[in-house]
Amino acid sequence: MVKKIFGQCYIWLILILMYLPILVLIAFSFTKSVNVGVWKGFSFDLYSDLFRSKEILTALANTLIIAITSALVATILGTLGAIGAFYSSKKFRRAYEFVNQIPVVNAEIVMALSLAIMFAALPSLIFHTDLRSYWTLLIGHVVLGAPFVYINVKPKLQQMDPSLYEAAIDLGAKPRQALWKVTLPEILPGVFSGFLLAITLSLDDFVISQFTTGPGLLSAGDPKIVTLSILIQDKIKKGPIPPAMRALTTVIFLLVVLGVVGITVFRHYKSKKAALASKANRKRRRAY
Amino acid sequence: MSKENCIISLQGVNKVFDGTTVVDNFNLDITKGEFVTFLGPSGCGKTTTLRMIAGFETPTSGKILLNGEDITKIPPHKRPINTVFQRYALFPHLDVYDNVAFGLKLKKIPCEKKGKPAFRHLTAKEIDEKVAHALEIVDLDEFEDRDISTLSGGQQQRVAIARAIVNEPEILLLDEPLGALDLKMRKDMQIELKEMHKKLGITFIYVTHDQEEALTMSDTIVVMKSGEIQQVGTPIDIYNEPVNAFVADFIGESNIYNATMAGKLKVRFLNHVFDCIDDFPVNEKVDVVVRPEDVILTVVKEPSKDKVTGKIVTKVFKGVHYEYLVQVGKAEVECRDTKDRNVGDLVTVEVEPENIQIMKKDVTNNIYTEAWINNKNQVVIGEDPFDCDVTKLLKDSTLSEDGYLIGPDGKKYDLNDADVIAEIGLDKIEMIDGFDNGDTNGEIVSVVYKGDHYQVMVRTDDEEDFILDTPYTWNEGDQVSIKVLPQDIKLMLKGDIAKYEVE
Repeated sequence: MVKKIFGQCYIWLILILMYLPILVLIAFSFTKSVNVGVWKGFSFDLYSDLFRSKEILTALANTLIIAITSALVATILGTLGAIGAFYSSKKFRRAYEFVNQIPVVNAEIVMALSLAIMFAALPSLIFHTDLRSYWTLLIGHVVLGAPFVYINVKPKLQQMDPSLYEAAIDLGAKPRQALWKVTLPEILPGVFSGFLLAITLSLDDFVISQFTTGPGLLSAGDPKIVTLSILIQDKIKKGPIPPAMRALTTVIFLLVVLGVVGITVFRHYKSKKAALASKANRKRRRAY
Repeated sequence: MSKENCIISLQGVNKVFDGTTVVDNFNLDITKGEFVTFLGPSGCGKTTTLRMIAGFETPTSGKILLNGEDITKIPPHKRPINTVFQRYALFPHLDVYDNVAFGLKLKKIPCEKKGKPAFRHLTAKEIDEKVAHALEIVDLDEFEDRDISTLSGGQQQRVAIARAIVNEPEILLLDEPLGALDLKMRKDMQIELKEMHKKLGITFIYVTHDQEEALTMSDTIVVMKSGEIQQVGTPIDIYNEPVNAFVADFIGESNIYNATMAGKLKVRFLNHVFDCIDDFPVNEKVDVVVRPEDVILTVVKEPSKDKVTGKIVTKVFKGVHYEYLVQVGKAEVECRDTKDRNVGDLVTVEVEPENIQIMKKDVTNNIYTEAWINNKNQVVIGEDPFDCDVTKLLKDSTLSEDGYLIGPDGKKYDLNDADVIAEIGLDKIEMIDGFDNGDTNGEIVSVVYKGDHYQVMVRTDDEEDFILDTPYTWNEGDQVSIKVLPQDIKLMLKGDIAKYEVE
């Protein structure tokens, strides 16, 4: 009995430690005060400030664009890399895996600094100028995400029955068709989770962004693209955290919660659907 | 076999993996419409041969001809050959219909476009019809929309077959397709496959290690061992006239004895001279095969002088018949009989001359099929223990201090009483004058001069024969000891090592 109570307490303690700061932040997003802790009556002012602040909205858009594009590129590169390495000789595969492992365990600052030096040094040799732009930021985030995509795709390839690919070839598929029609659908869950991980990594990355950012797409006049993490960092340097950030954090948190709940419900629904042999497949057939 | 009827021909095909020859000089012509089975124990190269026909492996040397055309280097997707895989290899993300239609959707057929020859895909209607027909053949008409994961093993098997035959291949390859099914399902599928073969008229090449499956279904059986063809023939030929002890042992139950030709059409085994119908030179060492159902037992009161007499030691009721084990001296005779007899009965053992199959003995090696490992990890041949290296039974294994075999993966095996086949080269046996100087002793029963050396046969007290090559002259009747170094005894485990695993 005591043990049970202790166990319950432990779980609640951990949950409180994890979620209390967020809950406090959410609560104080509904009051217009400069500092957290001072309640100045309930209002949606911070939210209206948020959606009126061009600065924050631009940073948000920049962050999302970078996250999605870099995750897409990282997913393509990581997946192709995993497939290529998987079907290569053992020697090559080991070498590839070793090289892939380094960025994963390496300190981010090392990678950020190396990229920054590369973007400064290489173009200055050719154009006699330091080159940093949206593209360098994108490259930085792709380098960040691709190894994680590889790590997510690899186990799916290993789990796959190797005769599936052979069966496709045997039935007349060219190697590329077999890869597209059989291997890819099989490893798709791994590709998808790799993509999500790459997005997450990119969304809250600060170190690499700070070192690789340059003039961007949305804020053409600015000297550099400002992502959310860069923006917040800038604001903190000069004074208190802008109150509107509390509203933004709340919005992001709620969106994430919504996403997680959505995926869980979808999975539940899908497994239920699979249990009943579905008739819906008939329509899908011709489109294949 | 006439040339124009031959659909596929393997000519001197070799396959070497990392220095190991897996398929050795394989020559075979297969007639159109035949049901051919590659039969052999695991690791005999049968699957590799099949994979070379499918195109997944390229022969190290040799040629494969399809309808007279060399296809050795043609990739699998361009061969009119389809495969049914061991574990089905159905595409889990597609339903039954899409699995079966996979090959059809990729296929292009010749057509005419504005008077010029061109290629086009099959229309949805054509595909629908072909898929429906294929599913009908495998009795899965109503299953088109089902997900693969909702099917039973037997149904998945049928989908795999439908997926292959829907492409109307010239040859259908089946790689142990029934291995994952339970016994009853397997029996049903055997009959169905055979009927399908008749209906479709496609050439089937079937790979299995199950001799009963091979006998039931095949027109021709190819028995393989260590990458080499042992015998090619109809099931009846292979069963009744095996060419060597391996084939006889592998196909069906059999009594195999070392025998010597005692005269014209006379052969001596079980310490008795039997009449036979195979003509071999007198005094030649041969193997004799007698099928259990060909042994005639007669209950007698006392041992007969001019017939082999033995005692029934075990009796097993098998439904239609009884299975008896008769002890004759130190040898055992397995028999099948419908008559009820009792354990302990004295019986005479007779065999009709035409039921004694005599095979030329392979004298490149001494092979002992009845050997076993004792608790000191020695191999027992006849009744004599020989020191041997049991770690050779499992690659990269070691022996623990308490006598267990430790595999490379850390698994522990207790080999006590394990049945093995022991092989000793003719040049690996040392003969020493006098008794008790070696592992065992015996009497020289024959000395044959072979040009530059003598081939000597030593028979031990327990009737095991050791044949050895020696440069020196010895006399028949000499009492000698023989000695074999542990590393010169080659061992082969009967059955899988997994059954000797201990916790």
